[in-house]
Amino acid sequence: MALSSNHLLGLQDVPKEDIQLILDTATTFREVLERPIKKVPTLQGKTIVNLFFENSTRTRLSFELAQKRLSADTINFAKSGSSAAKGESFKDTVRNIEAMKVDMIVCRHESAGVPKYLTQISDANVINAGDGRHEHPTQALLDMYSIREKIGKLEGLKICIVGDIRNSRVALSNIYGLQAMGATVSVCGPSTMIPREIESLGVKVYHDIDKAMQEHDVLNVLRIQLERKAGILIPSVREYHNYFGITSERIKRNNPNVLIMHPGPINRGVELSSEVADGPFQIILNQVTNGVAIRMAVLYLLGTKPEEA
Amino acid sequence: MQVLLKGLRVVNPDQKLDKNSDILIEEGIIKEIGSIDASKCQDAKVLDLQNCVCVPGLYDMHVHLREPGREDKETVVTGSNAAAAGGFTGIACMPNTTPAIDSAEVIKLIAEKSAKHLVEVNPIGAVTNGRKGESLAPMLELADAGAVGFSDDGVAVKTSAILRSALEYSQMIGAPIIEHCEDESMAGGAMNESEISTQLGLPSIATAAEDIIVMRGILLSEYTGGKFHVSHISSSRSVELVREAKQRGLNVTAEVTPHHFTLSDENVKSFDTNFKMNPPLREQKDVDAIIEGLKDGTIDCIASDHAPHALEDKEMEFVYAPNGILGLETQLGLALTELYHTQRLTLEQLIEKLSINPRKILNLSIPQIAEGEKANLTILSPDLEWEVDIKKFKSKSKNSPFHERKLKGKSVAVINNSQLYYEDEFINL
Repeated sequence: MALSSNHLLGLQDVPKEDIQLILDTATTFREVLERPIKKVPTLQGKTIVNLFFENSTRTRLSFELAQKRLSADTINFAKSGSSAAKGESFKDTVRNIEAMKVDMIVCRHESAGVPKYLTQISDANVINAGDGRHEHPTQALLDMYSIREKIGKLEGLKICIVGDIRNSRVALSNIYGLQAMGATVSVCGPSTMIPREIESLGVKVYHDIDKAMQEHDVLNVLRIQLERKAGILIPSVREYHNYFGITSERIKRNNPNVLIMHPGPINRGVELSSEVADGPFQIILNQVTNGVAIRMAVLYLLGTKPEEA
Repeated sequence: MQVLLKGLRVVNPDQKLDKNSDILIEEGIIKEIGSIDASKCQDAKVLDLQNCVCVPGLYDMHVHLREPGREDKETVVTGSNAAAAGGFTGIACMPNTTPAIDSAEVIKLIAEKSAKHLVEVNPIGAVTNGRKGESLAPMLELADAGAVGFSDDGVAVKTSAILRSALEYSQMIGAPIIEHCEDESMAGGAMNESEISTQLGLPSIATAAEDIIVMRGILLSEYTGGKFHVSHISSSRSVELVREAKQRGLNVTAEVTPHHFTLSDENVKSFDTNFKMNPPLREQKDVDAIIEGLKDGTIDCIASDHAPHALEDKEMEFVYAPNGILGLETQLGLALTELYHTQRLTLEQLIEKLSINPRKILNLSIPQIAEGEKANLTILSPDLEWEVDIKKFKSKSKNSPFHERKLKGKSVAVINNSQLYYEDEFINL
């Protein structure tokens, strides 16, 4: 079995079989992570560059660890903002790095579309580690993996993504991926945080968190970016927490069986109360562990994909 | 020198003229119109122009020449060459240069550079000093130096108070205030806000940001009596607002670019930065409304918003890439292909929007095709099929989303200021 694409740019239009293959492959690597020696020689001799044009801690660490677990050689490049403003164009930066003979590029960038652009200016396999508010496919894959691990299936489940959908790259990837796997996806948040015509993607919109909680099996709660337009999109963090925050009391009242997820980093007391963040309803740290396994699976499947004849 | 144009259809809606005829031009003046025997003028250069139409020289009222300041992207001369190649004998250049066109000196510089060119260049002065929106530019002095209209293009005039002043002050000259309609507090996106921007995750610009400033201009035009012109209209609601203003008899006009009646935000899915412009490509319903507005006269002119950018400026991440595309050399072909050959506009309507109306808005005289008049003519071949090739552009830049697009209809020659542009060459008459 092989993936149908040489790149992972997003989950829009990715066939169900590919997602299934990645999730199944991750199960194998998840087992490796439980061994005393957590390393396999699968990508020995492959060189991977992590191109991070936007700050990231956990995604970069997770990718780097996945690469090391697969015995690949890894180099890191981090720079924020427009490279052109700092003297060298993005294209020149990429060409220079590629000239050092890299096989795969993992890229995070604040502009949507950059991973696609990379495939046009480079021959390497490209993995999107987050582009603008567009897609973050490995996050969605690890979310799906974690749901499947906990509940045993994806098909037929009802999942609601909660929070700042408009400024999220995680939401779109989750919507595309979960729908491909037969789940029903909704979004819930203040109306200023719901992007225009999101219903066209086949998702239902909620503005009442209690109702959303009652009607879904899983809530995937996004981080509220405190630095982003506070006072314009929402009046205050306090009001957000009072009307959209997930608390134990709310869970007990509405749906004690609901599963709570969060891509991190958490703002305690904003989107989740501390009690929920550490409580029995959540699988937040499982998501982090599974993230390494998912990234190992994606790197492995792209890095060992047979050349087309 | 004499030039004999043979076998033409001569059309000028301004003169209610439409007939088959030859035209003899001597020293840049129309000497004779009628059936002319080539053997009678043996020294004349004879152009056989079967299936071609001769119209008053085309005029583009929205061009960015980049000089002074960014001569690496375009200059007065290269932009004028592109205009001639695209079929235009006159252009108005926008004031967002460095420095801005807010002093008589900058206008003089542009006039010097364009002095001996076939293409007439009429500067648009800034509304405010440095286009900063704080204080009125010396509009009387700019008009005396040659400015034919005023705009802070690139941005809308900053406050309602200063726009009101400009609409009052400019009435002493009769010149229009040409507005880039975009509410500053809602600006800054990389594409239109729609289902597509939601899917692409790009920061977006709402059509309401345009509509608000269109409405502000209409209200202040009504209040002051000033002449208000909407640049590069792109939203369906704005088309309605202008239509309504015209029905009320207000002094309001509008232009549209070829890309806003040809392309939609679907094109942005490629993440190709040649589809990034401001105003952004809108939804198909906006494109449809614009075509309706062109048909019923709500939209007076077609103007290119010719915006040259160096390759290295456009070749970058979508969010960081600058806005704008070239227009001068594809405009006529797109207008003929998308509007005339689809029977949306008649040839006469098209000539009005590409030649007559922009000159009326800017108070310029309309070229007359009559004996004794200066020859200011565009000769176009409406059925000529060709393919856009950016390598053949006369512009200094190459940023066009229309590369390799097949078009029907093209300019064959232009004549103005005692010069002929024909087969890629300028010839003195």
